[in-house]
Amino acid sequence: MSKSFPAEFSKMIDIKEKAKELKKEMIKTICRAGGGHMPASLSIIDILTVLYYSTLQIDPDNSDDPHRDRFILSKGHACVALYVVLADKGFFGKHHLTTYGKFGSILGGHPDMHKIPGVEASTGSLGHGFPFGVGMALSGKLDDETYRVFTLLGDGECQEGSIWEAAMFASHQKLDNLIAIIDYNKQQAMDYLDKIVSLEPFVEKWRAFGWEVREVDGHDLNQLIEIFNTCPFVKGKPNLIIAHTTKGKGISFMEHEPLWHYRMPNLEEMKIVSKDLGLGDFWKEFE
Amino acid sequence: MRNAYLSTLYQLAKSNKNILALVADNGTIVYDKYREDFTGRFINFGISEANMISVAAGLASCGKVPFAYTIANFLTFRAYEQIRNDVCLQKMNVKIVGIGAGFVYSDLGPTHHSTEDIAVMRVLPEMIILSPSDPLEAVKATNAAAHIVGPVYLRLATGGTPKIYESDYVFEVGKGVTLREGNDMAIIATGSIVHEAVQAVNELEELGISVRLINIHTIKPIDREIIIKAAMETQAILTIEEHSITGGLGSCVAEVLAEANCVYHSFKRLGLNDVFPQGYGNYQEMKVLNGLSKDDIVKEVNNLLNVKRSILPSSSDYAV
Repeated sequence: MSKSFPAEFSKMIDIKEKAKELKKEMIKTICRAGGGHMPASLSIIDILTVLYYSTLQIDPDNSDDPHRDRFILSKGHACVALYVVLADKGFFGKHHLTTYGKFGSILGGHPDMHKIPGVEASTGSLGHGFPFGVGMALSGKLDDETYRVFTLLGDGECQEGSIWEAAMFASHQKLDNLIAIIDYNKQQAMDYLDKIVSLEPFVEKWRAFGWEVREVDGHDLNQLIEIFNTCPFVKGKPNLIIAHTTKGKGISFMEHEPLWHYRMPNLEEMKIVSKDLGLGDFWKEFE
Repeated sequence: MRNAYLSTLYQLAKSNKNILALVADNGTIVYDKYREDFTGRFINFGISEANMISVAAGLASCGKVPFAYTIANFLTFRAYEQIRNDVCLQKMNVKIVGIGAGFVYSDLGPTHHSTEDIAVMRVLPEMIILSPSDPLEAVKATNAAAHIVGPVYLRLATGGTPKIYESDYVFEVGKGVTLREGNDMAIIATGSIVHEAVQAVNELEELGISVRLINIHTIKPIDREIIIKAAMETQAILTIEEHSITGGLGSCVAEVLAEANCVYHSFKRLGLNDVFPQGYGNYQEMKVLNGLSKDDIVKEVNNLLNVKRSILPSSSDYAV
């Protein structure tokens, strides 16, 4: 990068590079393990990159600091995105990534807070992480703490009733230290949400539940940095960020294709993955 | 039992600022004093038990000690997955306080009765289950729950529970209490139905039958020692619970007996036999309707001892 760029711009370039690098690491981790929710992870990796490299006040060397910001991946199945970010931040050694999903590993198909440093809650069953985060935010308010609690929810997850119980409660408790981000890629395991159970009118639903809502492009790092930095949007109201995302983002044949929720690419498809993400001859590992 | 719990919680909250009282729109009036003196530490979730438990787990992850309270079956069944995944799996220091255990909310009907809760709570790893029999024991159990770091299910009846203990005694988590010595047979009971067992034992004593009465205030971990000792020293064991006999105290005792090779022991589980609580009425009438009255217990003891009549001289004096 050129020395003539302003400092913020340099930071932008850094984070863009970081997002790209983490995406590659994530896809390698999933492909080598032969399992993982690849499209869902691609949908959120940009959001996680911004959170962990720009937003969250956390220190891997003091991960139990009671004043730290919290992040909960309520859609626990996209955990590989979280694993690569936490490893890169130094919460645990990167060598663990090669063990993902294997015998004796700390890294399973859903994150375990008791095994993995930096994981704030064991999620996997949908509709749990968000209310758990509400509890963390409430605790912060009770103790006059200034930390913020971020939770990332799947859009399909919002079909769970527990999300709306918690949404109602959070606004009643005026938890403006709580930021919920919806990974709105419009797909769930079997098809598009609109073909299964639609969430629309989604923005209006959250507003009706007492939340201050903003919409962003969930792959635009600049927008994400800015939106996270402006929370709380309104004093006394919890914050809802609808991040419009693409499931399978960056892999041509995977984008907008519900079929890929859990499926793994074959050798021919792996060549395309390698090309699309700039992984070179990574595909040769699978020959 | 409810007031015993609340006054104990009040005392605990005075000395530990992390203790929080969580309710799901139940018992809001009886919490008045607590609410007044501990502003902000009483949180009413409205009618959303599942949310209350997940939020409680999140609070516990930040060092709070939430006592989440509502009617036992709404809590244990509606919020079951939250208790499993958010509290037990994550080893969160949350106290699940179920009020109205058994069919003490008699005339409200089976939607408000809690007669399968022990069965579902005890399969959960990490969960400790306390089931006090009277107000004094409820005080001790509440104190014990506060001192345990981890999930506890506190199973309470409601107001007006009669006394079992006339004087102070040692309460130790995981240790049953022998309320009455006896060697003909043993009754093992839990919760407020212990009162019925006490009366039955008194009547049986007058009939010359010596019954050992054991109160199991901790369902999990179960006191194996006291059960095996009873099996070795008496002729028969009868378990009594205001709960399904499937998965409850009777099942716990049967498991202990079987694993200790006491399988030839004369044994019977008294409780709800694969049915929801039957009928309406007051609590006493419900016990009669559901085969858990003093008279039912006396009858069951005699049925059991009939099997052993030849070796029990005193039982021949009593006709069923």
